[in-house]
Amino acid sequence: MIEVKNIHKSFDGIEVLKGISTTFDKGKTNLIIGQSGSGKTVFIKCLLGLFDYEEGYISYDGKIFSQLSEDEKRNLRADIGMVFQGSALFDSMTIAENVMFPLKMFTKQSKSEMEDRVDFVLKRVNLIDAHHKMPSEASGGMQKRVAIARAIVNKPKYLFCDEPNSGLDPKTAIIIDNLIREITDEYDITTVINSHDMNSVMEIGEKIVFLKDGLKAWEGSKDTIFKTDNKVVTDFVYSSELMKKVRQMYIEEKQ
Amino acid sequence: MVAEMFRKPTKWSVMKQLILKDIDDLIIGSLGIVAFISFFVGGVVTIQTALNIDNPLIPKYLVGFATRQSVILEFAPTFISIIMAGKVGSFITSSIGTMRVTEQIDALEVMGINSLNYLVFPKFIALMLYPFVISIAMFLGILGGMAACVYGGYSSLEDYIIGIQTDFTPFHITYAFIKTLAFAFVLATIPSYHGYYMKGGALEVGKASTTSFVWTSVVIILLNYILTQMLLS
Repeated sequence: MIEVKNIHKSFDGIEVLKGISTTFDKGKTNLIIGQSGSGKTVFIKCLLGLFDYEEGYISYDGKIFSQLSEDEKRNLRADIGMVFQGSALFDSMTIAENVMFPLKMFTKQSKSEMEDRVDFVLKRVNLIDAHHKMPSEASGGMQKRVAIARAIVNKPKYLFCDEPNSGLDPKTAIIIDNLIREITDEYDITTVINSHDMNSVMEIGEKIVFLKDGLKAWEGSKDTIFKTDNKVVTDFVYSSELMKKVRQMYIEEKQ
Repeated sequence: MVAEMFRKPTKWSVMKQLILKDIDDLIIGSLGIVAFISFFVGGVVTIQTALNIDNPLIPKYLVGFATRQSVILEFAPTFISIIMAGKVGSFITSSIGTMRVTEQIDALEVMGINSLNYLVFPKFIALMLYPFVISIAMFLGILGGMAACVYGGYSSLEDYIIGIQTDFTPFHITYAFIKTLAFAFVLATIPSYHGYYMKGGALEVGKASTTSFVWTSVVIILLNYILTQMLLS
């Protein structure tokens, strides 16, 4: 479980995060949603320790990140898998080398053991016969799947995904969502997803944190988001006619 | 940045591979252009020296002497380093800068890898072989001068060989290699700094490469002056 308490973060005197507190539960897909500029990316980068923050703390299963030594932080980060918005694959390495990279850096496995694990995770993300391709030769969906494979190859305890569906067609986006949910269940990890894709919210949002202007405006799940009367949330989530109809149908069905 | 760069690597076996790759990219990959430039600039130095010596009292072997001094003291260590600031420096800045822009450096940090050590330390070690490049530049510069001198008819081969052996001071070689090692440090760190700490997108990668070349050249020229003052005066 990841616990966040009263996080404040400013850039050049402008406060971007204004005291966010929440928890991200183990074995669940936790979503952070909100408009562009609401502080989602800054928040996830604070969670990952890529940004320092002025106030508050973040604890990973009881370990307060800011109180750890540099070596302890590096050890903790070895338990973190991250899927970046642009995939962030190493463009000088093949797909198989990208996936093998965390194993090479953090384990003492033999080459054949590493190759077996790479084969397994690439199959798990439905990528077969892509081992020797360079990232530039792979499609956006393939790159995302390679990024997921690289993130889970070393069996992380925490999985972070920054807009995993951005730039993908709806069908591939659903495949990626389902893959993340299955992996979260399978490995019983704490997954945190930064998204503004409403399909993801409705499909895999077991816990949803809604940010607005650097504040937590609402917290709930994919079930409670249909029922909420919080105007800030409804204005954002049900901004399209389609989503309004979906909500109406859901409420009618429940009645 | 320099302190982080020298921290213990996450895994030495991976670091060894990175060092070998950087030796190939930065040192072996530069030999062709360095050889080409050295040979022909050595020839030009010889021709210009010969053409400016029109006093019959000045011995012909002075052409070889002047070429050797120019190549060893200044041309090979300094001029080639400015060329390398453009070739190797821009490569380092743009490759690290692209990794910054595409979040590859963030990916390394999130995994718990010291990205400065992973990216910059192997380049620093690879560039410790930079004196090898400069040795080749010295040899080919003098050889190019000899070819220009003999085939251009400016003096005989014997005169040129006497010239390059006249008043040879071994410390000049030491001085050149001290400068070379200082320039190698500059070539590894300044372009890496500009790539690593850049912000923005593809356009900024190009700007960072240009800025890095300018600053690397400025620092090399200033260091050249300071080291010459300290070591030769």
